[in-house]
Amino acid sequence: MNGVQLWAVQRGTAMILAVAVVVHLVTILVAVRGGLSAAEIIGRTQGSWAWLGFYSVFALAAGLHGAIGLRAIAAEWAGWRGRGFDLAWVAIGLLTAAFGIRAAFGLFGA
Amino acid sequence: MSRWRGRGHPAWIAFLVHRLSGLALALFLPLHFWALGHAIRGEAALDGFLRWTDNPVLKAAETVLVVLLAAHLAGGLRVLALEFLGWRAQQKTMVAASAGIAFATGLLFLLNLGA
Amino acid sequence: MSEASPRLRVRVWRGNAEGGALAEYAVPARANQTVLDVVTHIQREVDPTLAYRFACRVGMCGSCAMVVNGRPRWTCRTHVSRVAKDGALELRPLANLPVIRDLATDMAPFFDKWAKARGSFQPKDAPDGAVPEEFAPGDFAVGDFAVVPPASKQREAADAGIECIGCGVCYAGCDIVAWNPDYLGPAALNRAWTLVNDVRDGGKKDRLAAVAGDAGCHACHSTQSCTAHCPKGIDPSGAIAGLKRGIFWGVR
Repeated sequence: MNGVQLWAVQRGTAMILAVAVVVHLVTILVAVRGGLSAAEIIGRTQGSWAWLGFYSVFALAAGLHGAIGLRAIAAEWAGWRGRGFDLAWVAIGLLTAAFGIRAAFGLFGA
Repeated sequence: MSRWRGRGHPAWIAFLVHRLSGLALALFLPLHFWALGHAIRGEAALDGFLRWTDNPVLKAAETVLVVLLAAHLAGGLRVLALEFLGWRAQQKTMVAASAGIAFATGLLFLLNLGA
Repeated sequence: MSEASPRLRVRVWRGNAEGGALAEYAVPARANQTVLDVVTHIQREVDPTLAYRFACRVGMCGSCAMVVNGRPRWTCRTHVSRVAKDGALELRPLANLPVIRDLATDMAPFFDKWAKARGSFQPKDAPDGAVPEEFAPGDFAVGDFAVVPPASKQREAADAGIECIGCGVCYAGCDIVAWNPDYLGPAALNRAWTLVNDVRDGGKKDRLAAVAGDAGCHACHSTQSCTAHCPKGIDPSGAIAGLKRGIFWGVR
C-alpha cells in the first residue's frame, strides 16, 4: 500500500460515501420524526438483505476512509510517517469496518 | 493574528472545516459502531440504549455530528469536483454551497427532532 | 525631511539560520511607495547590514519575495498603502525555506524539488537537446518544426502554468510544505503539469511517476493558498489536481 494507492482508496470510498451519507442523512431525518424507537428501526432492517448490504458497504467504506484520513492528519500534525504506521492505519480501518458490519448483522438478525 | 493572514480565503477555510469535521467523525465512528453493536441485542436492549441517548446533551451532540457529517460530505464533493472534474473556477460558490448544505441539514434535523 | 513627517513602523526579522528576532525601524511614509522601497530605505539609510534580495524591481525576476504582514508577496509589486495596517509593516523572510540572513532565504531546496519533479523540458525529437537533422542551419522550411496550434486544448493547458518565474511565493504560503518537508510543493508540481501538457515533451511517463505519492501531488489537500497568493495569477492547485487525474487514469 503506497501513498498513491491509499489516495485512490480514499477517493473511491469517498464516491461510495457521497451516496451512502445522503441515504444515511435522509434516513436519520425520517427516523427522528416522532422520536426514535427500537421497533421502528428493527422493523426497517430486520431480515432486509438490502439494508444489510447497504450498511456493510457503508461501514467498509467509512472505516477505510476515516483511517486513511487519520493517517494524513497524523503524518502532518504529529509526524507519524512510514510503512509501519501505514499498515497500522489500514488495520485500524478494517477493524473499524468489522465493528460496523457486526452492527449491521445485528440489525439484520435482531 | 498575522499568522492567519494568508489563510483567510474560502478554500482554506473549507479545508480546515473538512479536516476538523473529518477528524471528529473518524474518532466518533469506532465509538458509534461499538455502541450499536452492543445495543443491538434485541429490541429491548436497543430501546434501553435509545432511552439512554434521549437527553438534551446527547441530542445536542447528535445535532453537531449530523452537521459535521453534512459539512464533510459537502466539502468532499468540492474536493472530488476539483480533482476528478477539474472544476477550478467557482470555488467560492462551491464553498458557500457546502456551508449551505451543512446548515440546512442541521436545521432539518432540529425541526424533525421536534416534530 | 522634517521630523513631523508621517512615519511607517516597520518590524523586520533579523537573524540567520540559528535564529533571530524582529527589529523595529521608522521609515518615512511616502505617497507612492512599495514594500521593496521601504526595505531599500532601511538598508541604505538606517542599517547597511540588512540582507535582502532583489534585482529587477518590476515583477519580472521574482527574487524579492518576502512575507509581508503574514502573507508571502513580491515586495516590488506591493504598495505599502495596500498592506500597511495603521502604518505598521512586518517583514519576514519567505517561510518554508532555510534563512541565509535576515530577509534572504536559501532557494536551493525549492529548485532541488523543481528538479525532482522533472521540471526540465525533455524534447521528444531531440532528447539530448541537439538540433534535429531536419532543422539544420539553412533549412528554414516551416513544416519541419513541430506545429502546436496555440488554441489547442493541450497548449492552453500548458500555457495556463507556463508564466511561473519561480519566485517561491506559493511555496512559502503552502501549509502542506510546512507540515510535510518532503512535499515537492505547488511550483514544482505546476511546472510538472505544464510539461505534461506540452505536446513537444517526451518525458510524461517519468515525470508523472516522479510526482506521484506522499511527497508529490497526492499530499495536496487543495487549501488553494498557492492559487490565492500567486502574483502571476497561476492556479497551481488546479495543476496538482490535474496531475492526480493524469496519474489516476494513466498517461495518455
